[in-house]
Amino acid sequence: MITTAADGIKDITPPLTDADAESLKAGDRVRITGVLYTARDAAHGRLLPLIEAGKPLPIDVRGQIIYYTGPSPARPGEVVGSIGPTTASRMDKYTPTLYGLGLKGTIGKGSRSQPVKDALTSHKAVYLGAIGGAGAVLSRFVKKLEIVAYEDLGTEAIRRLEVEGFPAIVINDCHGGDLYQNGVKQFARD
Amino acid sequence: MRDIHSSSVTDAVKKLCMEANYELEPDMLRAFDRALQTERSAAGRQVLQILKDNAELARTKKIPYCQDTGFVVCFVELGQDVHVAGGLLGDAINEGVRQGYTEGYLRASIVRSPFDRVNTGDNTPAVIHVEVVPGAALKIQIMPKGGGCENRSKYKMLTPAEGVEGVKAWVIECIKTAGPDACPPLVAGVGIGGTFEKAALLSKKALFRELGSPNPDSTVDALEKELLDRANRLGIGPQGYGGDTTALGIHILTYPCHITSLPVAVTIECHAHRHKEVSL
Repeated sequence: MITTAADGIKDITPPLTDADAESLKAGDRVRITGVLYTARDAAHGRLLPLIEAGKPLPIDVRGQIIYYTGPSPARPGEVVGSIGPTTASRMDKYTPTLYGLGLKGTIGKGSRSQPVKDALTSHKAVYLGAIGGAGAVLSRFVKKLEIVAYEDLGTEAIRRLEVEGFPAIVINDCHGGDLYQNGVKQFARD
Repeated sequence: MRDIHSSSVTDAVKKLCMEANYELEPDMLRAFDRALQTERSAAGRQVLQILKDNAELARTKKIPYCQDTGFVVCFVELGQDVHVAGGLLGDAINEGVRQGYTEGYLRASIVRSPFDRVNTGDNTPAVIHVEVVPGAALKIQIMPKGGGCENRSKYKMLTPAEGVEGVKAWVIECIKTAGPDACPPLVAGVGIGGTFEKAALLSKKALFRELGSPNPDSTVDALEKELLDRANRLGIGPQGYGGDTTALGIHILTYPCHITSLPVAVTIECHAHRHKEVSL
């Protein structure tokens, strides 16, 4: 579900539909409330063989958003430690398959490959950016955390987060829009 | 000969690891403030302000500025009149890393082998570079080096004919290809000269200089300033959202080189440029 608040920021609550994804444009600021799943290199490395073998995944990705992050440990009394995004392109090899299964969004930082951008268009999905390196600030939006799979991977385990107002920006939309390209076009001085 | 006990080394490294991850250095905070004055992009200014807030929150709550608490790169200047007593220097440093990361709630990001990729669980080992210098002091510099930016570091062997213009083009190319992936605004360390490994080492060492301070060599200082200006004309901006602040600093170290060679290494460092040092 997506609604636009008075401040112009789009409030997002997964699960998302095709129409939700289509309503998001590169450069839109969003606030996410609800569930995010974390997964990065090692977890993706385990999910793909399951998909290829036709076996069920430990999480149902349909309509959901995966956050590429490996948090630092929580201090006693805290929900989580620092939890900013990692570089998304390392997951490019796996991402089109997951979008094909109905995943609607990913959150990371940095550019995606053309096959990922093509998958956004063909499967109606988005790639969102969170501020890389702002892990302390981003931790404040995480209200609950539980490990749902691959605990042995430590920071790379799949976690289910409950977030409130988690801030992000649309980097790549399903219409071919790309915030990074727009930014350079607007500000390059040579 | 002066004895320094290995436990003092361990204690110092432990403290440096924790403080580096919670407290962004003042030179970086000043660089954010300078950038806020000149950045034309509203989104860019907003990112810079959030990074300042992030630094403040990390410092007060003692949580890491970035969840990637890095690979500990440790440069040691070992006075030749110093004797490390009670254990090996390398073991003492790694024990400091182990204690700092486990007791400080810092992320374990190191795998024991590039192939089986099993996490060592305590962020050891560090990457340690020891240089023997005159005197009876032991200086320890640490930089918890983030993986995302390190992955964008590059090396190129230029020909002498390519000269300084070739060096400039390569450094700018490195910053451009790092783009939004390496968490701009960036700091780049550039090592020019020496051999393959010497240039790479210089590119790391260069990052320890205080940001905003002039290079002691006026010719190299002019080159740094020109490169910084060119980097900030690329338009990548904070987080790649577009803007004027793509890099906060470019630091160069040089070394003599062979008549055939012009090696250039560029270490890409993100805005979570954590660097601390202590002299024992």
